[in-house]
Amino acid sequence: MTVKVTKDETPGGKPESVTGDLVLETKGVTLRFGGVTSLDSVELRMLRGEILAVIGPNGAGKTSLFNSLTGAYVPQEGKITFRSGKGGEHSLLGCKPHVVSLLGVARTFQNIRLFGALTALENVKIAAETRLKAGPVSIMLGLPRARKAERESDLKAHEMLSYVGLDSKMNELGGSLSYGDQRRLEIARALATDPEVLLLDEPAAGTNPTEKRELEELIRRINTERGVSVLLIEHDMRLVMSVADRVMVLNFGRKIAEGAPEQVQRDPAVVEAYLGVAPQEEPAAEGQE
Amino acid sequence: MSSGITKTASGGPASTARLRGVAWYQHPRWSRLTAMVAIAVVLTMVTGEQGTDRDIFFALREDFTGPLPWIWLGLCLLVWTVREFWSEPIRKVRRASVAKSDPPVAWVRGQWRGDRRIRQLVLAALVAVAAFAPMGLERYWHQVLVDQIAIYVLLAIGLNVVIGWAGMLDLGFVAFFAIGAYSAAFWTGALPVDPPFELNNFLVIPVAVLTCLIAGLILGAPTLRLRGDYLAIVTLGFHEIVYITAKNVEDFTGGARGVSGVEHFSIDMGFSYEWKLDPLPYYWLLLGFIVLLVFLFMRLEHSRVGRAWTAIREDQVAAAATGVNTVRFKLMAFAIGASTSGIAGVAYASKVGYFNPENFPLLASVLVLAYVIFGGMGSIPGVLFGAAFLVWLPEVLRDYVDPRDRYMYLGALLVIMMIYRPQGVWPSKRRQRELKMATEGTVDGDATAAPAGGKVS
Ligand SMILES: Nc1ncnc2c1ncn2[C@@H]1O[C@H](COP(=O)(O)OP(=O)(O)OP(=O)(O)O)[C@@H](O)[C@H]1O
Ligand SMILES: [Mg+2]
Repeated sequence: MTVKVTKDETPGGKPESVTGDLVLETKGVTLRFGGVTSLDSVELRMLRGEILAVIGPNGAGKTSLFNSLTGAYVPQEGKITFRSGKGGEHSLLGCKPHVVSLLGVARTFQNIRLFGALTALENVKIAAETRLKAGPVSIMLGLPRARKAERESDLKAHEMLSYVGLDSKMNELGGSLSYGDQRRLEIARALATDPEVLLLDEPAAGTNPTEKRELEELIRRINTERGVSVLLIEHDMRLVMSVADRVMVLNFGRKIAEGAPEQVQRDPAVVEAYLGVAPQEEPAAEGQE
Repeated sequence: MSSGITKTASGGPASTARLRGVAWYQHPRWSRLTAMVAIAVVLTMVTGEQGTDRDIFFALREDFTGPLPWIWLGLCLLVWTVREFWSEPIRKVRRASVAKSDPPVAWVRGQWRGDRRIRQLVLAALVAVAAFAPMGLERYWHQVLVDQIAIYVLLAIGLNVVIGWAGMLDLGFVAFFAIGAYSAAFWTGALPVDPPFELNNFLVIPVAVLTCLIAGLILGAPTLRLRGDYLAIVTLGFHEIVYITAKNVEDFTGGARGVSGVEHFSIDMGFSYEWKLDPLPYYWLLLGFIVLLVFLFMRLEHSRVGRAWTAIREDQVAAAATGVNTVRFKLMAFAIGASTSGIAGVAYASKVGYFNPENFPLLASVLVLAYVIFGGMGSIPGVLFGAAFLVWLPEVLRDYVDPRDRYMYLGALLVIMMIYRPQGVWPSKRRQRELKMATEGTVDGDATAAPAGGKVS
């Protein structure tokens, strides 16, 4: 199905019109924690196959948005709709996190959450196995289908690890990998669930320039080769500007701008949100947490 | 939760300790020294004079004025010194010998890892030893082996699934043992109420497993969402309910008087055989159960199920976000543990023939838990050893100390063990790594901490 979003529908008065197949859409999502409103009627429209960046100052509500999309938080108001490429419309609001993952929305975490005592391979296998069917009885009895599932998950995990370039470290513990490798392992784990939408929460935070370049290339590859729509939170403006198709800006839980990277960069509201720092230079304190 | 605090890659315990500015006296070496001194004191008391009721300081005076404490202290200090200061040279020598062409250690290890058939052969040999070695023992030890060691080992491998693998603190584990025992009594017609038809004890096992599974699901489904301590309290309550029910519903369970005349195991298929009062055949039967369950559970540990359990234990939020159905896997662990406990219950009831609610005290749950932790949570060989050793220990202490004091020494051993070696005698690799990371502070514990506010599913 194709949903047209014309410019008058898009808040923030974007000059460009967003047309295409919406994969993820939120309407009026509002999330409060006691007195704090972390998300205030957030409207998100994500096209299938695009790389959409979510930027904003610290505490703007970016991670809260991710948590709401993946079922970790349940917003008090609003609608979250996921339109699967396989057909079918699903409401993600209040969905259990594992159901969201099964539907095809995978994520990584801002504060890396790997299974530290398991090897890189095992970390990815866990994700791959959530798509396979082999119950405890067939495993205990060593039935062929249990063995087949084990082989399949092994294959998948190897494939994903080499995809992100970690195949040489597959037997190292998740917790002992370098920072950049941990981030990539998280991406491999997310990819092993064959997602349609991948949510990356500050994947470049704490990585060095080389790792950043590799990451940029990896995100592009995931997007073009695997056809995964990517929603990206990132403080590194250089990365955002070079990789994102569109950018959405949050401030105090509200969407203040949306559009092509160059336009957003020039938007006065965005400049103000970033405390008057000239957008042509380094607009945000990079990777600051 | 969204604190943004990020983990750093670990650089070994020594380096992290140095980075944190830990003072020399905070080195684990000194706590281990204290532990060794404590062990020396306990050994002195176990091997020395025993106390009398009239003079409570009698034994202390006798034991600690003679040469005995010095002997033990010397031995323990020797062990400590070798371990702390000479372990590096020893390791170096060993490594050098391993590096040389095909020394025995490396060869054995290579064989063990490389060839599946050799592994199977060795395990079969171990089972054979376990089966035939007791034939040389006295009848008293046969009884201990069956009524206590084998039963507790069964319970421990069941509880290991729940706490060691899935990481759920279950303090009501023995309730399922009781349910298994009463199922056996019911289906063999030993209860005041008559069953619709009587079953052979072997057929009671699947029925009891099913009963425990259902009981486990009924208890688990609404409560497994709870975390850590809360689940412990819920299971504690469940144990109390089962215990009091068994005690007070006299028309059904026989009440505090208990149940008698539970039938023995028997086979009647072409040939017939009945397990009677002789403990050895029972021992072999239970050994069979244990071997079978260990075999099945070992497959689980390194399968997707075992991995999912580890993921849930380490970081429930990440596991759920990765697509692991956390409730389903926890329920699975709970049900598998409960049914193992049920099997142990059937075996126990059929062996002793007579039991009452006092056979299922809360203490039994706590003891099984202690055995699992002592042996090494999550490790099957560890748990087998832990249960067997700690059940055996009080029995053998009978010959050395006042029988009433036996559990005191067991308690002392547990205290020392938890200080000195919290991971257990034979820990699982995964658990050991987790513990190491936790003490180094490279794992944040927020998987178990609820976020500061808001609705979180
Ligand atoms: N579990 C929670 N409990 C209470 N308040 C929360 C919770 N999660 C988020 N918040 C609040 O919501 C607001 C948005 O936080 P969020 O983590 O979404 O910001 P962010 O845009 O991801 O910031 P950063 O760039 O620092 O990661 C903050 O004011 C934060 O304190
Ligand atoms: Mg954030």
